[in-house]
Amino acid sequence: MTLTARRAANGIMTGLCGLALVVALIPLVSLLWLVISNGIHGLSLDFFTALPAPVGETGGGVGNALAGTLYIVGVACLIGVPIGVGAGVFLAERGDGQLGDAIRFTAEVLSGVPSIVVGIVAYGMVVLPMRRFSALAGGVALAVLMVPTLARSTEELVRLVPQSLREASLALGVPQWRTSLKVILRTALGGIMTAILLAVARAAGETAPLLFTSLNNQYWNWRADQPTASLTVQIFNYAVSPYKDWHDKAWSAALVLLLLVGALSMAGRLLSRSRLR
Amino acid sequence: MLPASEIAVRQPEPAPEPAAGSPPGNVPDRAWAVLLTVLGLGVVVTAALIVAELTRIGAPALGHAGVKDFVTNTTWDPTRDLFGAAPYIYGTLVTSGVALLVALPISVGLALFLTEMAPPALRSIVSFPIALLAGIPSVVYGLWGLFVLVPILRNPIEPFLSRTLGFLPLFQGAPIGLGYLAAGVILAIMILPTITSISIEVLQTVPGSLREAALALGATRWEAIRLAVVPYARAGIVGATMLGLGRALGETMAVTMVIGNSPTIRASLFAPGYSLPAVIANEFAEAAGDMHTSALAALGLILFAVTVGLNIAARILVRMSRRGPARVAA
Repeated sequence: MTLTARRAANGIMTGLCGLALVVALIPLVSLLWLVISNGIHGLSLDFFTALPAPVGETGGGVGNALAGTLYIVGVACLIGVPIGVGAGVFLAERGDGQLGDAIRFTAEVLSGVPSIVVGIVAYGMVVLPMRRFSALAGGVALAVLMVPTLARSTEELVRLVPQSLREASLALGVPQWRTSLKVILRTALGGIMTAILLAVARAAGETAPLLFTSLNNQYWNWRADQPTASLTVQIFNYAVSPYKDWHDKAWSAALVLLLLVGALSMAGRLLSRSRLR
Repeated sequence: MLPASEIAVRQPEPAPEPAAGSPPGNVPDRAWAVLLTVLGLGVVVTAALIVAELTRIGAPALGHAGVKDFVTNTTWDPTRDLFGAAPYIYGTLVTSGVALLVALPISVGLALFLTEMAPPALRSIVSFPIALLAGIPSVVYGLWGLFVLVPILRNPIEPFLSRTLGFLPLFQGAPIGLGYLAAGVILAIMILPTITSISIEVLQTVPGSLREAALALGATRWEAIRLAVVPYARAGIVGATMLGLGRALGETMAVTMVIGNSPTIRASLFAPGYSLPAVIANEFAEAAGDMHTSALAALGLILFAVTVGLNIAARILVRMSRRGPARVAA
């Protein structure tokens, strides 16, 4: 090949790879723009606070779905955060043996399990014995999804704590458990809060594992043993319905969901940034 | 979504283990160690529970039809207790295949562009939208797919494809919009950030000396990439692709909303189909009887087995490629 041809090949391939960037960004820009432009005029105070209206009636909102999402995610945190963070601390502090490797590997593999499969498991563990769909079942499903990610990121964060801090504490005669809790975890706390917020953001966007665990609810619900609405399931139901005004509500609800997920991730990132300084 | 933290290189820490030396009589320390171990084992217990529950619920249907018939039969009729998973397996494979074909060149091209060609500042700017793409909930992708992508596919893309490539059975039939192609394209968009971000990580582990050697021999930048960088990173990129594939196989909502939900096997990509996660999502809550529930759980078991297998293989590949040159690259 002549030098010209080789240079041309170089130029063409550079161009193609640059084009990949443009192609990758088109759907993102289109999606964000359409969610905002289609969703914005449906937003009002009512939309955030009201119960869903029947077809054809104006008004109505996703108040109960928004509250339900927060409620289910809250339940998931109560179950998932202690296990996930605890497992992460275990991996960092005592996870250098075979057991640690096994747990680490399991966590890695679990993070690839499809969320719908986790929904089936929560159905079998909670819905079948209780004989009803419930916020608890949805929370269990989301907790299972949170644990592997939390464990992995907590481990990394705890390992970042300087060894000298631990040694200083132990040298002062502080027992191991107090050192873990008050020195190590305390130091890593900012990072762990970030990891939790990111996991919560991810859980709040899950739909599939909620479809047959927390199901849905047209009304407000604050009981863990009752079916509960969620933003994501509501968006799905509105989107696949045949009604134009429900489609509009799906876009508005999607905007609310994106704002919620975005705010949670943003809070997480800001928190870790302020901690680093 | 695969945040980088999940696959980040774990820092080898040859730290001494003070815990091992704690005095045996120290009760709170013992209790703390036990508590941590129990929580750590919680991860393993979770995995065991997933396997146990899926098997428990799914076993009756697998026993009823026989594993081989369950996988190969094409009729799915819960009212007659006929459960054949073939249309769902077919749809899952076809849509994921389309997704890989579309996403792989774009993701690898993008990863190469950001690591090898673009100024480093651009990489940090672009990493934000890529993370954003990974963080968008799948039901929102589904919404966008249903009301934006499907109409575009219906007209002009599918008529165009059948005019130009219509001699292939893949591109024949009525351009409905809803179908394998729509699901494949939306999956491609969703797995793009996964493949891109892991490929970037893998490419960053390629030693600079390899590039420099190729460039010093007079290679153009593209030749250096093709001859020195890519062979070194190949195993890792294959691993990244497999992780992306695993995500595509299990993706539920977006596919459910655009695949058309028709339990048939069609050669045409324009035709409506169905996928494993989609049928579980649509039928599980209103399953007609225990056998139907069981059959759906058996579909979940198949999905679980396939994605776990893929994940294990992918992670081994990514790890190997981090450790050194492309020993495993065939």
